[in-house]
Amino acid sequence: MSLPLFPSGSDPGPSFVELLRRTRAAGAQVSSGAASEIVGAAGRQPAGFAATLIPGVAHGTTVVALRYDNGVVVAGDRRATEGNMIAHRSIEKVFPADRHSAVAISGAAGSAIEMVRLFQTQLEHYEKVEGTCLSLEGKANQLGQMVSANLQMAMQGLVVIPLFAGFDLRLKKGRIFTYDVTGGRFEETDFHATGSGGRDAKNTVKLSFRDRLGRDEAVEIAVAALYEAADEDTATGGPDPLRGIYPVVATVDAEGYRRLEDTEVAEYFLKVLERRRERGEGGAP
Amino acid sequence: MTMPYYVAPEQVMKDRAEYAQKGIARGRALVGTTYAMGVLIVAENPSSTLHKISEIYDRVAFAGVGRYNEFDQLRVAGVRHADTKGYAYSREDVDARSLANVYAQYLGQVFTHEMKPLEVEILVAELDPVGAAHQLFHIAYDGTVADEQRFTVLGGEADAITHRMAAKFRPGWSLGEAVVACVASLSGPTRTLRADDLELAVLEHGPWRRAFRRVPDDEVTELLARGEPPEVAAARPPRAEGESTPGPVDRSGDDTGDLPGDDA
Repeated sequence: MSLPLFPSGSDPGPSFVELLRRTRAAGAQVSSGAASEIVGAAGRQPAGFAATLIPGVAHGTTVVALRYDNGVVVAGDRRATEGNMIAHRSIEKVFPADRHSAVAISGAAGSAIEMVRLFQTQLEHYEKVEGTCLSLEGKANQLGQMVSANLQMAMQGLVVIPLFAGFDLRLKKGRIFTYDVTGGRFEETDFHATGSGGRDAKNTVKLSFRDRLGRDEAVEIAVAALYEAADEDTATGGPDPLRGIYPVVATVDAEGYRRLEDTEVAEYFLKVLERRRERGEGGAP
Repeated sequence: MTMPYYVAPEQVMKDRAEYAQKGIARGRALVGTTYAMGVLIVAENPSSTLHKISEIYDRVAFAGVGRYNEFDQLRVAGVRHADTKGYAYSREDVDARSLANVYAQYLGQVFTHEMKPLEVEILVAELDPVGAAHQLFHIAYDGTVADEQRFTVLGGEADAITHRMAAKFRPGWSLGEAVVACVASLSGPTRTLRADDLELAVLEHGPWRRAFRRVPDDEVTELLARGEPPEVAAARPPRAEGESTPGPVDRSGDDTGDLPGDDA
């Protein structure tokens, strides 16, 4: 490997994706690394080709994010499925994107995790080259470009839908962004959930959400949402005390990204179960 | 048609070396040293925005003296090299030694083949994540590499500063001791350097993945005050108003520092 220097006309600037494209290094073929080519190719796809599940591909399922008074909570279950089989019991779907933002994924696990890795590198690369962090809005747009670069893969069934949440240092509040398969970026006001159990999770949050929640309450709502999703959706994993596997719950606030310890998450689950039992819901079929 | 004069290759190299050395000697110096918790780099730099010391990767830092545009170009190339490598292989596979070699090759090539050598000297430092075998690679304008485990000095008056550092250096010293010694070595007996004349950064052991941290001015002031004997601190006259140094420096917006809990 020699020193990657570029003449001023073709300098990739602070973009890592652009740098990969220029250097054609190992990994440059990664779908999200070559935006325009992929988008161009997608235009040639026959119509109606889309969205049949490819067998043998692990899928990640439910992730949820909600805002509280000075930050956001992001949570995701740990199950990956291949059709009706459990592919993995303990994959992670919630990642720190950088110090003040988190990205959660649902969809084809392989492409999704690769996309997260590229996204993390992209944000850190920008920060190091420029000496300042991207704005939260800028980060959200970057992720949108990566999702849209994945369009061709999505047409073949490898859909990746991230959920991006972070603390906006300028506006001093938590913000949540969702995406569609074309990379369309939409800002949610308060909460959102995606993945196969997303609807159940979202409904659960919707019923308990109010403005200016505390961190503790917000975490509890997120945990309850995952519990309900796992209750209704086979592809979403619930808490697994036997193996000690609990959903990943993280908060992002002015202090930065912080992942809750499994023991803390376990306590929240106990609390949720306790509340259900008090209401006499435990025995219902 | 005019014929080019014959110039002996020895003479060409000597001229280039002299040219580069002159350029570097005009700039202010920089010291890198190991200490109990990692690596400390201290640069004399009145600017709070044009950095001489920067982060390259999780455990690797870069520092340069000489022409700013030239070493900054090298810095960006280093970040690109490290990020590409870490992305293609793994984060652990990025190390200072290979980066130092790449820099050395480039500097050497420019020195022998181009009209003008680069007027820079650079330092690539790496934190040993488990032990105390930290590494300091000092790369000169002609591509000469030297590796140090104690300390290294770059820039103008390097010999005098090295001499002063050698008298003070103690393996495994604390951050406070190291800062005081480095600053005293940089300033020499006749000058006093304060926090706003300096740029400090460390690669330090900690729970976070990114070991690089800029040391803010108030911490530098505190370290300097704590590290020197109280009578010296008391005897030092307060700086007069209107002296030619920039005002208090706010680096709070600078986010290139630590990133706790990032390796989830």
